[in-house]
Amino acid sequence: MRRASVITREIDPASLINEVGSPQYGAISLFIGTVREVNDGRSVTAIEYSVYKSMADAELERILDEAEERFGVSALVVEHRIGLLGLGDVSVAIAAAHAHRAPALDCTRYVIEEIKKRVPIWKKEHYVDGTREWVDPTRTAQASSV
Amino acid sequence: MSTVTVQLFASYAELLGAPTVELPLTPGTTVQDLLYRIRSLPGASALPSAPRVAVNRSFAASDQLIEPSDEIALIPPVAGG
Repeated sequence: MRRASVITREIDPASLINEVGSPQYGAISLFIGTVREVNDGRSVTAIEYSVYKSMADAELERILDEAEERFGVSALVVEHRIGLLGLGDVSVAIAAAHAHRAPALDCTRYVIEEIKKRVPIWKKEHYVDGTREWVDPTRTAQASSV
Repeated sequence: MSTVTVQLFASYAELLGAPTVELPLTPGTTVQDLLYRIRSLPGASALPSAPRVAVNRSFAASDQLIEPSDEIALIPPVAGG
C-alpha cells in the first residue's frame, strides 16, 4: 500500500497504521502533525489550510517515489488535511512500514521535511485577537537567523 | 495574440485580488518574462523579488519557455505540515 491524499475529513492515524501494517514488517513509524496553540509568541485559535490540489498530488507522488528509492519503503501512506482546523487537530499523518526500524523512521522524517519545503499547501492562522495571517516560513527563517 | 492564465493562491491571490490573472503570451516568453508582466498588475508590487513559479504542476526555472496550453501558477511560500 502506497498513497498520498489531500483530504477535508478528519485524519484517523490508526487507519494509516492498518493500511501499511503487514507481518513482513517489524517496524511501523508514524508521524502526526497537529495544530499548536502558539506560533511566534501569538495565541492561535485555528488554522485554515488551503491547497493547489493538482500540484500537491503530483508533488506528494514525487516525494513518495523518492522515499521509496532512498529507504526501500513501499508501505507508505500520507494524509494531509485542509480546511479549518482547531487546536490539537491532526493536520498531517505519515505512516511508513519496513522490515527494520531505521528505514521506517528515516522515511517519515524525510517525507514530512519535503512536504514542508515543496508541497503547495498554505495556512492562515487565526489569532485570539481576531486577526488572521498567512504563515510564511521563509520570513520566519530570515527573522530567526538575524 | 494568445494568452495564458496564471493561477494565484493564498497570500498572492489576496495581494492581486483574484484567483487567476490572464496575460498576453508572445512566442518565446519565459517564466521570467511572465513574472515581469505580472509585476505591472495592481497589487503585484508587494510580491517578493523572485516568487516560485510552477509550470504543469512542477516548479520551473526562470528561463523555462511557456506555451499557451501550460498550467501556470505562482506559488507563495509553502507552509504545509
